[in-house]
Amino acid sequence: MIEFNQVHKSYRIGARAVAALHPFDLRIAHGEVFGIIGASGAGKSTLLRLINRLESADGGRITLDGADVNALDASGLRTLRRRVGMIFQHFNLLAAKTVAANVAFPLKLAGDMTATEVASRVEQLLARVGLSEHAHKFPAQLSGGQKQRVGVARALACKPKVLLCDEATSALDPQTTRSVLQLLAELRREFDLTIVLITHEMDVIRRVCDRVAVLDEGRIVETGSVTDVFLHPRHEVTKRFVDESEQVDSAEQRRDFIAASGRVFRLTFRGESTYAPLLGAVARETGVDYSILHGRIDRIGRTPFGQLTLALREGNIEAALQRFRDAQVSVEELH
Amino acid sequence: MDGSWFGNVDWHDIGTATLDTLAMLGGSLLLTVLLGLPLGVLLFLTSRGQLLQQRFVYAMLSLVVNILRSVPFIILMILMIPLTVFVAGTSLGVAGAIPPLVIGAAPFFARLVETALREVDRGVIEASLAMGATTGQIVWRALLPEAMPGLLAGITVTAIALVSYTAMAGTIGAGGLGDLAIRHGYQSFETDVMFVTVVLLLVLVQILQMAGDRLVLRYSRR
Repeated sequence: MIEFNQVHKSYRIGARAVAALHPFDLRIAHGEVFGIIGASGAGKSTLLRLINRLESADGGRITLDGADVNALDASGLRTLRRRVGMIFQHFNLLAAKTVAANVAFPLKLAGDMTATEVASRVEQLLARVGLSEHAHKFPAQLSGGQKQRVGVARALACKPKVLLCDEATSALDPQTTRSVLQLLAELRREFDLTIVLITHEMDVIRRVCDRVAVLDEGRIVETGSVTDVFLHPRHEVTKRFVDESEQVDSAEQRRDFIAASGRVFRLTFRGESTYAPLLGAVARETGVDYSILHGRIDRIGRTPFGQLTLALREGNIEAALQRFRDAQVSVEELH
Repeated sequence: MDGSWFGNVDWHDIGTATLDTLAMLGGSLLLTVLLGLPLGVLLFLTSRGQLLQQRFVYAMLSLVVNILRSVPFIILMILMIPLTVFVAGTSLGVAGAIPPLVIGAAPFFARLVETALREVDRGVIEASLAMGATTGQIVWRALLPEAMPGLLAGITVTAIALVSYTAMAGTIGAGGLGDLAIRHGYQSFETDVMFVTVVLLLVLVQILQMAGDRLVLRYSRR
């Protein structure tokens, strides 16, 4: 769907060229929700804007549905942009226009619908995002979550195939964030959308994304399915994002693990095995004694997962580990 | 001069002068907006980091605007007499006053337009671009409507500046309240005439400011 081939970009600061994105490759498949996570200044905002050419690449090739984005002329680019919706951190609504007029805006720019068609499409979109009764209000009269819903309705007005989300929930409180993410997940299925979102919060990635790329100082340092990256982060930057979202102080935790008696393992359960009564059974069978140092059970998207850090003592530890592996639980020795 | 209050005041003259002032103000304000608005939009669009960034064009426009703004209005009027005669057929009366008023006020208004457009959230331009808007659509459908309160405030300030310019224009034969104030009030020591004209100008300015404030409020959505 979206492909980057050796794409790179730098900015000029005075006489110096500063690399915003080092050459990278990336493929985003049709229908997936692809997340890009990075600290501010990592280049994620630039990467996102390359897709609809709000920023143009210095080199390399970007294709969207097979079309070379950089080769488009002005009118080709406008056509492409109408097929790519975008929502923003600060919503970027027109303050002087009503909610309904904001949603109608892209339809009027395209100019290929009659006024009645526009009105009925706007009504339909506002109903879908749950803002029908606010149609005649101005953006300043809405809450942040409502504003972003207007942004979503506006972005979907021209029936795009791709939706770009630029830190779309970063200005919202946790509860509103969840409801906006929920809406995106629903719309993705209803409209067969491919969603690319950038964020600095692992929690956003965990809730809606299928795959994720971790960006650090202009380089993609890790890519993979959200479950893999979230449960088994490899790069330091990724680990930091995961710890942050779990509110874990990894240095403090390491001290605790070292202090624990016995060998320390981290077990990761995925899917149905999360709820299986495995731990007690293994302990009985192999005679190991365990203490739980740390644990969490949650969901990634709709898949449940569990992660337990255990200290194991006595009994047949190797046999216990084999039993876990046989039950599709991944095991890492920490200490 | 007799001793009664307002003995020197010829109310018929005052009426004519007031109408002349209003005609000068209305005509010049309309033309100032028609000329200054596109100039201000162009200044904004060609400035750094904007849609049509053009350093040379911006520098040239900016220079012309600055030159015109730095010439004192009374000198500008005199300098412009040949051009005024060419354009309006005369350098006297209401018609003769309008060209220098417009040339004096349009660059000022253009700067106010530029500033008002700068106040528009950049995100709105970006969102419009992302929706596939052309530059023309961005100007007409996004920038100008979003900047409306600022533009209306700019028109108000310009209108009030034009009131004082019309009074100055009176000194070179434009007529109006300023002319009356200078010929009768100042040169002939008819203090009562001076008083009446000044009060009328004050009322005019007051009305313009109040009307402007109301319009600004009406279009403010923040």
